[in-house]
Amino acid sequence: MSVDTRPARTQRATLPPEQPSIPQRKGGTGAYWLYLMPGFALLLVIVIVPLVWNVYLTFTKWRGVRSPEFIGLENWQKLFTDEDFWTSFGNSVWMILAMVVIPTLVGLVVAALLFDVVGRKFGGRVGSFLRATYYLPQILPIAVAGIVIGWIVRPGQDGALNQILGWLGIPPYDWLGQMPSALIVLMVVMVWVQIGYPVVVFMAALQRVDPELYEAAELDGANWFQRFSAITMSIIRPEIFVVTLTCTIAALKVFGPVYVITRGGPAGATLVPAYYAYQEFFTKRNVGYGATIATVLTIVVVIVSIVFIRVQNSIERKERAGL
Amino acid sequence: MTKKRGVDWLLLALVVVGAVLVIAPFYLVLVNSFKSPVDYATSGPLALPQELDFTGIVKFWERVNFPQKVWNSIFISGVVAVLAVVISMLNAFAIGIGRVRGRTWIVLLFLLANLLPQEALLYPLYYMFKSIGLYDNVWSVIVVFTVIQAAFGTYLLSSVYGTFPKEVLEAASLDGANRWQILWRVVFPISRPTLSVLLIFFFIWTWNEFLIPLTFLASNANQTVPVAISVLQGDRLMDVTTTSASALLGIIPTLIFFLIFQRTLTRGITAGAVK
Repeated sequence: MSVDTRPARTQRATLPPEQPSIPQRKGGTGAYWLYLMPGFALLLVIVIVPLVWNVYLTFTKWRGVRSPEFIGLENWQKLFTDEDFWTSFGNSVWMILAMVVIPTLVGLVVAALLFDVVGRKFGGRVGSFLRATYYLPQILPIAVAGIVIGWIVRPGQDGALNQILGWLGIPPYDWLGQMPSALIVLMVVMVWVQIGYPVVVFMAALQRVDPELYEAAELDGANWFQRFSAITMSIIRPEIFVVTLTCTIAALKVFGPVYVITRGGPAGATLVPAYYAYQEFFTKRNVGYGATIATVLTIVVVIVSIVFIRVQNSIERKERAGL
Repeated sequence: MTKKRGVDWLLLALVVVGAVLVIAPFYLVLVNSFKSPVDYATSGPLALPQELDFTGIVKFWERVNFPQKVWNSIFISGVVAVLAVVISMLNAFAIGIGRVRGRTWIVLLFLLANLLPQEALLYPLYYMFKSIGLYDNVWSVIVVFTVIQAAFGTYLLSSVYGTFPKEVLEAASLDGANRWQILWRVVFPISRPTLSVLLIFFFIWTWNEFLIPLTFLASNANQTVPVAISVLQGDRLMDVTTTSASALLGIIPTLIFFLIFQRTLTRGITAGAVK
């Protein structure tokens, strides 16, 4: 049974514009624009102007000195046949796996375990302590997180990992000098850093679930997995969406660990779009091309966000309509 | 506490193993920062130090002039946190309480600043700051992050101010207070808990930033802690214990902030997530 909301919508359209919460003697919201001025001015100078300028730069060839030279769509044409470019976006997919899929799935399981099992049967203090433990890598500056893991996988006899493997009789391995281990190291860093975020968010969300729902389902004969997927997942769906959206955007923007651990190596195999753009800007001084890469990345981030939010909205609408 | 079944102990063990894996890198860095290079070579990375040796730490500390870097980070993060909170308040006041027209679009516009990859702004900003002589100056970094953090702050705070109790505002208005006075004498004190959470978040987020300080702060004197540590990574000649010490000194300040603000942080994260 769906309710026809049309009359309410036309009603809303004829309401007068909202009044400020502070009663006004004269005028409406106009005077408040003054308060937006500092924020807007800064936004214009630091975000809007550079963004537009950057898009303009995608049509130029520039080495940062003298003036940019207009070359039309040349950068864009070069992009489509650039192997490094496609590698970098391919690696973005791996980053999404490492920063979204794995942390969300593992985070769900850990959060559920900490909340249902540890929290309830071993005490809230144990649960909170373990949660803080999982969250610890999140507090690090991303560059330092990269350095910590990078230090462990140092090549040769020096590296902690190689030393430990040496005791097991495994010869030292150049983790960062070859593929696929270099990419795997990066992915391990990202999983390590990201795992705490879903755990904390989901544990808070799980408090919303009414235990009676579980009991009722148990009486109906549902096992743990069925209860989890039918009840838990649907109640904490908003948090799942927020976590996957924010982690996906973060995965697309990854820069720090690549700079600190692999510098895009070996031979450009671990390039990611953000690092690739940085390299073009400051190492190779192809400012126009770097701007093109950055613009593509921005477009991808915007599209991903829009898709996510629309999917979330349509699922919620369907739920509310009782489908 | 309900009865513990055998499988519960197994599940607890599972979670604890996971936690140990997460903590292991911290342990390695901690333990190996206090070893002499000889000690590391003989007893390996997992063993506790034979005796506490501070050469690694001292070497790193002096090489990068660590106190200077810490001060740079504190100064930049602190100023950004305060300025960003102020700007967020001004914006949120207009949006949440002033209810200006088109406010959903305005909030979206500000959110855009937070969403964008910084690389899309990087080169123009770099060129702009160089042209006006602010390159390699902490104020360039401060201005940029004030905008980025205030963008998020505006988003969060404007929905909070949107539900600000009207009666309090009306009473103040009846007492003859104008908008400016109401903002600072009424709205500011009442919203102080949220503002504190924002202040802490902004401080920590700015401290952890990497790309912009890396690009804009070229000289050693102006670098922040994460940048200073990363600059040394290219030096493969640096011995293991010094590198370990650099990682440890990168962890300690953030760990201290985390321990002090842990309660406020977890509350803030979950509040933001539920929104």
